[in-house]
Amino acid sequence: MYREMNTMRRMEQAADALYKAKLIRGFCHLAIGQEAVAVGLEHSITKEDLVITAYRCHPFAVLRGGSIKGVIGELLGRQIGMSHGKGGSMHIFTHRFFGGNGIVGAQVPVGAGIAFAQKYLEKPTATFAMYGDGASNQGQVFEAFNMAKLWNLPCVFVCENNKYGMGTSAERSSSNTEYYTRGDKIPGIQANGMDIIATAQAVKYAREWVIAGKGPLLLEFVTYRYGGHSMSDPGTTYRTREEIQRMRSTQDPIRGLQRYIEEWGVATEEELKKIDKEAKATVDKAVEEAKASPEPLLEDLWTDIYYKGTEPPFMRGREREEIHHY
Amino acid sequence: MISPHSLAATHAAKRRISAHTRVLCGARRAESTKAEPPPAGGHLPGIATSKLLRTTRDAALRTPGISWKDDDGGAPTREFGGRETRKMNVYQAVRDAMSIALMKDETAVVFGEDVAFGGVFRCTMGLAEEFGRERVFNTPLSEQGIAGFGIGLAAMGHTAIAEIQFADYIFPAFDQLVNEAAKYRYRSGGQFNVGGLTVRTPTMSVGHGGLYHSQSPEGFFMGAAGLKVVIPRSPIQAKGLLLSSIRDPNPVIFMEPKILYRSAIEQVPIDDFELPLGRAETMVPGSDLTLLTWGTPVYHCETALSMLANPPAQLAPHVPSALRTAKIELIDLRTILPWDVETVMESVHRTGRLVIVHEASRTAGVGAEIAAEVQKKAFLKLNAPVRRVTGWDTPVGLQYEKFYMPDAVRILDSIVETLTY
Repeated sequence: MYREMNTMRRMEQAADALYKAKLIRGFCHLAIGQEAVAVGLEHSITKEDLVITAYRCHPFAVLRGGSIKGVIGELLGRQIGMSHGKGGSMHIFTHRFFGGNGIVGAQVPVGAGIAFAQKYLEKPTATFAMYGDGASNQGQVFEAFNMAKLWNLPCVFVCENNKYGMGTSAERSSSNTEYYTRGDKIPGIQANGMDIIATAQAVKYAREWVIAGKGPLLLEFVTYRYGGHSMSDPGTTYRTREEIQRMRSTQDPIRGLQRYIEEWGVATEEELKKIDKEAKATVDKAVEEAKASPEPLLEDLWTDIYYKGTEPPFMRGREREEIHHY
Repeated sequence: MISPHSLAATHAAKRRISAHTRVLCGARRAESTKAEPPPAGGHLPGIATSKLLRTTRDAALRTPGISWKDDDGGAPTREFGGRETRKMNVYQAVRDAMSIALMKDETAVVFGEDVAFGGVFRCTMGLAEEFGRERVFNTPLSEQGIAGFGIGLAAMGHTAIAEIQFADYIFPAFDQLVNEAAKYRYRSGGQFNVGGLTVRTPTMSVGHGGLYHSQSPEGFFMGAAGLKVVIPRSPIQAKGLLLSSIRDPNPVIFMEPKILYRSAIEQVPIDDFELPLGRAETMVPGSDLTLLTWGTPVYHCETALSMLANPPAQLAPHVPSALRTAKIELIDLRTILPWDVETVMESVHRTGRLVIVHEASRTAGVGAEIAAEVQKKAFLKLNAPVRRVTGWDTPVGLQYEKFYMPDAVRILDSIVETLTY
């Protein structure tokens, strides 16, 4: 867990650097500070469980069967990217991960549908539909809650409350900021999203709850993002630098786990430092591999719109000579 | 003061009541009278006696483009002789198609508002009893939720057949359909897709539907590459095209013209068959003008053609006798996205004239796209400007509805003007 959290942070920091070097274009939402949620979740579920989340998706994509070079490659828009460079930051999928989704809240009812399919197939598995405190005010989130409870779907609705929906604090956007209580008849629990032991235990409990057929569950993780909402947001206009600094020094999930490990004598400081170094090396290597990958072929602009063989005879480009015939 | 919450609840309740009334009235009528009840809004002139409808077994089995999907792989002996047909209207044909889909595909489920008890237009009557309530079930009144739920289900490889109760209610689901469904395959680099999703929805005018029950929103989806949009004109077409849509490996929006649910009746083959998506059908061949349409206006066009050949006394002075023998080619577009450029262009190259008829308003309607493409591809072949006969650029006002829709007289007028340009 320590290694993975470290690697995830290094990866996001690498993405940050690549963005600032103008190698990553478009939108890029980093999860620095929220590592305990993704890593804790992955450690308490099986490969058969399914996850769908919003746009802060890079760690999930790696942990759910992807790779760092696949994520970085996607951000860079290269062929090696997990969506072959066609998606970018918010659109990364793996076999057991239904993707980052760019539209605020849209993944929540999709998660209900995924959970229905699991129930229909009578599989003892759970779906984790994740969203943020900002998305929790979207109408379709409540539509999904209602359906999930109505049909008792094995769905855990996970609210990653990082206290700011873009640049608006939770208190200024939500009449009720206890997000775990917003499911009406769906019970909810709240856990410390900055403590990986807490996140892992909460996910374990939630998974057992829905698989036991008790219906959906709301799970709120109170967490914090150190960076801005996206790369174009410095993240300091709506909160103070002191607040961010205080969270970093007192609540950091990686330092927190480090303290546990040292207190319990599981590993020494030197051993942990070695892990840090290895994480950095892993990420650096992946970044180089991703950078070396070529940009997508022009041909691929036209693929995966319709199922191969059922597409229209042609699709237009900008000019007459850019019409693509299938 | 009324809170927005209670206002929304009242609105939903109203919708519910009107829907219930329609079903209840329908049921009562069906039980208490011997004769076939007239459809809501009365029969449109032309539909009951339309020659475009295939009312004999022979004609039904000769439907162009029909492709049989027998379990035995289609023994050659069954090509014609062994087929049976049954008299069906559009809602029965739609039901028949869903029944076949549910029977042959274990992962198929049907869901939407009120579908478990048959749906407001009875398209799902008895399906819940036949296939079980875990496969045919009601959803809450939440269109965006229905679409998102269907997308999730389809992403798991299931066949999701969703119903949006009226096409007018598809707008809350617009985001899910355009941003999620249409792009799922592309943005996951081909790893995931929602090809199993089909969204059925009743569309077009019913004569008294008004603002929120008579719209034709097909044009709004035209720029959403990744989706397909299909509109059938008759029971045979509805069954064949719906089965194709359900099985097509892309998400499809299937819009059923609601006035035709009861009024269009054909002999429909009872076997499993499909009709091709992305293909227009030339219903009446001609050489002087191409008349292109889809859905309900197909029948207004047919009426207009017979008026052109034999104008009633009041209209006769406006129809020059030289035009009465004009040969008009009538094409049903059937698939709106992707539309059949080839068939339309082939026809316009021969006739040199094109009139497009659709119910939706004109500005940026489907006709605009087709007209632009045709004038680019056939600029020097055209003998007259491409003409569009459409709804007005206004909302569909209740009392103005008959005035709003492109009727046979307006179509006739456009044909005459285009022929004499």
